[in-house]
Amino acid sequence: MRLSPRSVLLLKVVFHFIGLVPIAYLLLLVLNDQAGGDPVQFIIHYTGMGTINAVVATLLISPLAKQLKLAALMQTRRLVGLYAFVYGLLHIAAFVSFDLLFAWSFLLEEIIKRPYIMVGTAGFVILLLLAVTSPKFMMRKLGRRWQKLHNAIYLLAILAPVHFYWSVKSEIIEPSIYIGVFIFLLGYRAVTRGWFAKKPHPKAVNSTTNASPSPNHASRSAGTSGR
Amino acid sequence: MSNPQKYTQGILKKATWNSPEQEVTPEQVFNDRRAIVKALGLGAIGASLPGHVQAGIFDLFGKKDAQPSFITTDLTFKQNSRYTTEETLTPYEKVSRHNNFYEFGTAKHEPANNARKFKVDPWKLVIEGEVDHPITLDLDDLTQLIALEERTYRLRCVEAWSMVVPWVGFPLAALLKKAGVKTSATHVAFETLFDPEQMPGQKNRLMGGGIHYPYVEGLTIEEAMNDLSFMAVGLYGKTLPPQNGAPIRLVVPWKYGFKSIKSIVRIRVMDKQPPTSWNQLASHEYGFYANVNPKVSHPRWSQASERRITEGGLFSATRIPTQMFNGYGEYVSDLYKGMNLREYY
Repeated sequence: MRLSPRSVLLLKVVFHFIGLVPIAYLLLLVLNDQAGGDPVQFIIHYTGMGTINAVVATLLISPLAKQLKLAALMQTRRLVGLYAFVYGLLHIAAFVSFDLLFAWSFLLEEIIKRPYIMVGTAGFVILLLLAVTSPKFMMRKLGRRWQKLHNAIYLLAILAPVHFYWSVKSEIIEPSIYIGVFIFLLGYRAVTRGWFAKKPHPKAVNSTTNASPSPNHASRSAGTSGR
Repeated sequence: MSNPQKYTQGILKKATWNSPEQEVTPEQVFNDRRAIVKALGLGAIGASLPGHVQAGIFDLFGKKDAQPSFITTDLTFKQNSRYTTEETLTPYEKVSRHNNFYEFGTAKHEPANNARKFKVDPWKLVIEGEVDHPITLDLDDLTQLIALEERTYRLRCVEAWSMVVPWVGFPLAALLKKAGVKTSATHVAFETLFDPEQMPGQKNRLMGGGIHYPYVEGLTIEEAMNDLSFMAVGLYGKTLPPQNGAPIRLVVPWKYGFKSIKSIVRIRVMDKQPPTSWNQLASHEYGFYANVNPKVSHPRWSQASERRITEGGLFSATRIPTQMFNGYGEYVSDLYKGMNLREYY
């Protein structure tokens, strides 16, 4: 099915709405003193959940586009991905300002002592790099390397749920569900794009070793299905 | 409470979470969820609309008063001048709305909402085990048996935030002396109420954070008899609200907050170390002693400093260095002389 440019625009407006409303809601909760007695942890958790949900949404777009045969859906992916970055930025800003109170030396110590924060930081660096290179001119400038870089989203799909799982004290059910969701999203790609498919070695055709899920394989297949 | 099977669930043996009936989600959970949604204020939005439309959009979220809230009553007590502080108190609104009480949900704001209908009357607190004469207290006994005093203590959570709280209650030692501790006693075990009908976290694992209920805690007999160990029945001069552990809770301010067990129904004096909930769940992260110690990190985070939750808005918090034994070393450091606190964390 083909989507008219008008429908794509409408879809984008809806996605902006879905992205912005929770931020407005959080603002209202905080301004109205409804974010708990100490809103700091509330804000950090809320924006963290927003980040992980936006990453899930971003990774859902290409499978949906394929299954529903709606190639135009892909035009909305950058926008959804950028919301993952926005929520990630809010998450980190809340942690550094409200929780650490800008104790930078302490931040460094925290990153080292709290492994889950190191994992989260790595995840945010990925989001930052992808956001910075998301404009069309950056895509042109980077050429083939752009897709390689943006395959880092698959690393993020591992780091994000690990960070969540690792950060909680005992309530592991919810993060476990997210780990399952990300395994599904990555598994879907592995199957449909044949990341793990046996491929004849270019030189030694007899070789039966499995092809490793190298970024090259991913990039090739993502490149074709991506746009 | 007299049901012998229930008796073995808590401080003696773990049992309840093994039973298969715990795994099904009863219809009531569904209904409770609806009540929670209401309690979160969504109901209040509708209720508050007509009268407040003119007051602007921000009022949409207010008007929690529309919800029936738990009734607290004034207490009569004396100030204990030994346990006061120059530090700024954490306001009641924050002490009563930022709670770790997984029985009512794992998010900090949930217990205040989900515990509104908690029933503390009738209540039964049993003191038994290695004692000369076991005693059972009812709700009135809790505030009348022993003269009440007010003490202001620092509270340091293992999650690295802290508060300063004026509690009303009596020394744990005074209570134990009423029952008469036998010489064979080495430890004291505590148990929180087990009532899944009232505590949604005990009914639903997703809400209860995976803890094996009922929640249990313990102290050595020396710790229990230390003057700092306090049984609180009140907060800011009034009886405790449920989210803070109504009708009676332990407060051991030199230990991380999770040791200060809430809504206690059983105190058992024992001749061996009892199991404790967080230790059972993750023994490498939460020890039996759990003394506040800035030098011993939680495996996943540093304990060197803490965010003090104090007066004012979002930007008013401060980050301060954590003190050994939460600053109560003069009272309790003797208890741990010669002990390797890195090993016995």
